[in-house]
Amino acid sequence: MTASVQTPQHEAGRPEKAAIVGQIIEADRRRRRMARATFVATWAAIIGGLVAVLAIGGAINLDFLNEGPPWWRFILGEVDVSADGISGIAIGPLHFVITGAFATILISVVAITLAVGFALLGSVGRLSKNSVVYAVATLYVSLVRGTPLLVQILFIWLALPQIWQGFGKVDALIMGTFAVAFNYGAYMTEIFRAGIQAVPNGQREAAAALGLGERRIFARIVLPQAFRIVIPAIGNEFIAMIKDTSLLAVIGVQELLWKARTVGSQNFKMLETLLLAALVYWVLTIIFSFFQERMEKRMSRGDR
Amino acid sequence: MSVPLGPIVLEATDIEKYFGPNHVLHGVSLAVRRHETVMLIGRSGSGKTTFLRCLNFLEEPTVGSVAMGDLRIEADPLQRAGSDRKRDIRQLRQQTGMVFQEFNLFPHMSVLDNCIEAPMHVKGVSRDEAVATAERFLDKVQLLDKRDEYPDRMSGGQKQRAAIARALCMEPEVLLFDEPTSALDPELIGEVIVVMEQLAHEGSTMIVVSHEMAFAREAADRVLYLEGGSIVEEGPPEQILDDPQEEPTKQFLRRFLSEGAKAPPAHATEPTSPFDDPIAKATSLHGGGGAG
Repeated sequence: MTASVQTPQHEAGRPEKAAIVGQIIEADRRRRRMARATFVATWAAIIGGLVAVLAIGGAINLDFLNEGPPWWRFILGEVDVSADGISGIAIGPLHFVITGAFATILISVVAITLAVGFALLGSVGRLSKNSVVYAVATLYVSLVRGTPLLVQILFIWLALPQIWQGFGKVDALIMGTFAVAFNYGAYMTEIFRAGIQAVPNGQREAAAALGLGERRIFARIVLPQAFRIVIPAIGNEFIAMIKDTSLLAVIGVQELLWKARTVGSQNFKMLETLLLAALVYWVLTIIFSFFQERMEKRMSRGDR
Repeated sequence: MSVPLGPIVLEATDIEKYFGPNHVLHGVSLAVRRHETVMLIGRSGSGKTTFLRCLNFLEEPTVGSVAMGDLRIEADPLQRAGSDRKRDIRQLRQQTGMVFQEFNLFPHMSVLDNCIEAPMHVKGVSRDEAVATAERFLDKVQLLDKRDEYPDRMSGGQKQRAAIARALCMEPEVLLFDEPTSALDPELIGEVIVVMEQLAHEGSTMIVVSHEMAFAREAADRVLYLEGGSIVEEGPPEQILDDPQEEPTKQFLRRFLSEGAKAPPAHATEPTSPFDDPIAKATSLHGGGGAG
């Protein structure tokens, strides 16, 4: 199409110009397709290479996972999960991936819900004009963010029963979920506080000028808008939390990592089970990231 | 104008305001009668917006009082008064609608929900009744077809008209307008001014902070010129705009009118180009600006 470049002002150049525009668009599309293909190929090469090396070298042997009933019978409910005392190890090693992932998701969902509650209270406290409330909320954030999650989990599980024996009778699953929620609530307190402060002051003024009371302004005008602002951040926290629930393996909560370790040590297959567990965490975070992205797009589009 | 003025509905007495050590209002008093439209003009920093915001206690006056009907609320700069005063302020706010420069519609609610929120939850009106009222006022500002739209999907002029409808839905005694057209693109100013003029002619009681001199001529009963936190001059619009007596007023109007076509220094976002919309042209000289 060099001719059209040489005679740009010529009338006959017009359709050729359109052709060039078409070519540019096509080239652009091709470049993007190539980039995507290269990306996928690189991942496949690295991951496939690693798996191949391990498998050919004999390091990985997944045969043990086929013992017991096939995994899909658990999903279909043909095999009673609850009949098995410890996490399905006895009835098929692959079972651990499914029940473990389920336990991890369950813990994460319950904990993030609780954490939102803690964060809501915490952020209201952090913005409170009452000095005592403000001090308590600030202490919560400082203390929890200033100490390791693992220490908090161990403290709640091992140290609290020393204060009151009743704590010792509570299930590790409940105590552990609470510990994670309490920890994440502190981090999310600051997210919520920032979200509440990000709502323009004009919104409060407009509501006040209409005669709405302070509580109602907060509940109906400020909070819904703050929520919209913090939802992406809550998504990030949720994804981080999915991985952090693995710390609960330390206190014997039967989530994904605990099951992987137990199955692995029983079969002397730590490499395989830990790889599988890691893979499941990875897939879970990818899935939730995908949903998060879609939700963010939807929210930014309609702004409803 | 077409409706004869009634008794005094809102009276502010000796309002003073300090922002820290800055003395921004030096004792401003204003009594507004039913059906009256009062316009506050003045350069930016003159205290006109602060005064307006003191009237419904969005800004806490340092000295002075605001009276409306049976209510009389004294300044309480140290927040010593109890819940009775808070209740009184809410009572006062129910009877004073406010329209803001930046609209401040609730973005998470549809236009209709914006309009029925306060009537339902402040006045305790039933939902059906609130919707009927809202539809009546949305029709008045010609936005009935946008009742289910969300504010972020509307133009500035539509938003401001929706905000006016929201204020009207409380059926307030007095409407306060805080530079209602200053955030609008020039071609959208006209549609808001038309609505405001209609309200004034139908007998709404209005206090308007604005630079729309054409609105003053067309709809105001009284114009107040503020400078340095005091009222310098007040009177009917023809007198203040065409034959001002005080030197500061003369200076302001001279500079304002001569700079009208150019961007005044006080307000960088003010439109610079003349526009061709006949309605807007007829209703606005649109010079000057700035948050008073």
